Amino acid sequence: MESASKAQILSRLQSDILRFQGFKPADHLDHSAWLGAINQSFPNATFPTGAVHEFIAPGMEEMAATSGFVSAVASHLMKSHGVAMWISQRQWMFPPSFKSFGLDPDRILFVKTSKEKESLWVMEEALKCGALTVVVSELCDLTFTASRRLQLAVEQSRVTGFVLRHRYKKLSTNACVSRWQVSSLPTDSIDDLPGIGFPKWKVELLRIRNGYPNTWNVQWNNGEFNISSRQTEPISIETEAQIKFG
Amino acid sequence: MGRYVSIWFRHLHTDWFSIKNPRLKELPFVLRTPVHGRMVITSLNAKAASQGIFQGMVLADARAIVPDLEVQDDPPELTNKLLTRLAEWCIRFSPVVSVDPPDGIIIDASGCSHLWGGDNSYLKTITERLHAIGFTSRVSVADTVGLAWGLARYGHSLISLPGQTRESLLPLPPEALRLETETTERLYKLGLRKVSQFIQFPRTSLRRRFGDHILHQIDKACGQAMELLVSVQQPEPYQTRLPCMEPIVTAPGIEYALNLLLEQLCLKLRDEQKGLRAAVLKGYRVDGKVEEISIATNKATHHVSHLFKLFEIHIAHIEPALGIELFVLEATVVEDHLPQQEMMWAGVGGFEDIRLTELADNLSNKIGSNALQRYLPDEHYWPERSFRTSLSLLEKLTTQWPLDKIRPTQILSRPELIEVTAPIPDYPPMLFRYKGKIHQIVKADGPERIEQEWWIQQGQHRDYYRVEDDQGKRYWLFRLGHYHDKSFKWFLHGFFA
Repeated sequence: MESASKAQILSRLQSDILRFQGFKPADHLDHSAWLGAINQSFPNATFPTGAVHEFIAPGMEEMAATSGFVSAVASHLMKSHGVAMWISQRQWMFPPSFKSFGLDPDRILFVKTSKEKESLWVMEEALKCGALTVVVSELCDLTFTASRRLQLAVEQSRVTGFVLRHRYKKLSTNACVSRWQVSSLPTDSIDDLPGIGFPKWKVELLRIRNGYPNTWNVQWNNGEFNISSRQTEPISIETEAQIKFG
Repeated sequence: MGRYVSIWFRHLHTDWFSIKNPRLKELPFVLRTPVHGRMVITSLNAKAASQGIFQGMVLADARAIVPDLEVQDDPPELTNKLLTRLAEWCIRFSPVVSVDPPDGIIIDASGCSHLWGGDNSYLKTITERLHAIGFTSRVSVADTVGLAWGLARYGHSLISLPGQTRESLLPLPPEALRLETETTERLYKLGLRKVSQFIQFPRTSLRRRFGDHILHQIDKACGQAMELLVSVQQPEPYQTRLPCMEPIVTAPGIEYALNLLLEQLCLKLRDEQKGLRAAVLKGYRVDGKVEEISIATNKATHHVSHLFKLFEIHIAHIEPALGIELFVLEATVVEDHLPQQEMMWAGVGGFEDIRLTELADNLSNKIGSNALQRYLPDEHYWPERSFRTSLSLLEKLTTQWPLDKIRPTQILSRPELIEVTAPIPDYPPMLFRYKGKIHQIVKADGPERIEQEWWIQQGQHRDYYRVEDDQGKRYWLFRLGHYHDKSFKWFLHGFFA
């Protein structure tokens, strides 16, 4: 009897702590349904909105895969009326392609900056603006101080930020809520027909605050995720440790 | 009572030619225009006039009088261009200057001449300054526009003292009233050679004999009818000024001044349901220089703190030097702004949200107005032209985004040349080398042929293939040109997710 109440108290305290840290409880079901198995890794089993997520994408190919995954996630967050901002120093995003990930390209504001520092300034300003739903920024490096500033900006406005790190020099600890890596996987043929199937990625959640890192195979099937866990690899505390310490 | 200055350019066109080519000043020089198949003189200089040539003369007759006449074509539209430019130049004498075609300028000089030390020296300054440029002019001043016009062209004295309009009008010939040629001729035929001879006639008999026009012109000259001047530069209605007792040299001082000015301006804008799209802050320095910073917004606004934030970034660019003694804030572009709209959209999110417009203002203010782009679909198959930049945040889609074509997320702005091994025409390649690395192709889709749009650009077509290599990475390749031409090349154009 007493132990049961103790467990209750503990779980209540835990959820309180999560709330204080800015994680909202799963208020509506459709919100959590779309990420399927991935949700189990998040605190409260909900994708953390109003936070900054970090994606690492060393090469162009990884960048393309990451953009695909991020725009699919963003399309779910934005629903029908949200607006996204995409900040980049290069003009390599191809706007019409977003449509195939459920994101209307005309609901994205593209900002072209001339240097890294400017991108950070624009991202901070954009994250403070509650009229946006999603802000994506392509950055090379992200210091702890910079990431902390982004996190502070987000706490007021509840905007979700994605930092896509391309050609980074080093991966240090920062204040982002998670760290992901998305890479392409060979596609599965549709009905044994030749040709390329639906886009398929290996999605690694390397780090997540208050959650459980994991790796999945994710397929984008005409508007929804098809997610399967990867059994082969041991789970990832090691991976995080590797990143932290060398 | 107002005071008006009329400037008459006697040789407007020829003077302009002489400024460009001083040699012409010494020669009898005329400008010609074909009228009904004949060459007619439309403008002439003083030298030509002294030899008996007049405006409207047929060129052949003039050549008979002066064999060594210098003739050039009279460019059309020159009158307006010259007068507008001269009128803009004349703004130094008074803020309200209007053009008076075909050969004059009218200045509203009310309350201006004392700054030059009286009417006499005011007129003298204008005449001398114009002469220094190279224009011959007669300049007169009077209480009405009509009288000033007449004095400049037909008067003995150029100044009509305040309150003596009628007296100054009496000795002038009838042309001075700006009458139609027909009326003037009839007046002369009746022996009426001066205004004094007919101005006291009963109005009814004047109307019966010469029409309404003459009465109207007499009223204008006497100041009984209004005459409106259209200034070449409209005075700025949305402007606030802040003169400072002590010259301002510090940034906090400038910020304080800016805040005061913005509050005044925005109050005025709000009262009139207006919002500004562009504004400029001018600081007049003690040493006579003017420092300027300007901002622009994406949507009309009168939000003080937002505008202050936009200006704040630029304050560092102001160089106060010895100090700024006068601040002027001017809304250069003003549009209607209805407050209900703002209330409806506050806090909703999306493109109509006022916060988004303010963010867009902030960004374009800091990193340039081209930095922020939104794209709309454009009906072209050629990938580089399949989208266009939108004109505003709120522009609606006219066509839908195509869903049937699978396109890469990342695209190279310039396709990169690659080496490819491909078996037979129309088959996708087996492998390709990109940046020194060999990619074995496992799966492929294609070809998708995209032809050049010949009405935009000439060149060869592209055959696109979507390929996947053994690592599972997906690329967009194309072959430029026909396989059997031997001149084809392979390119990598994009990366699929």
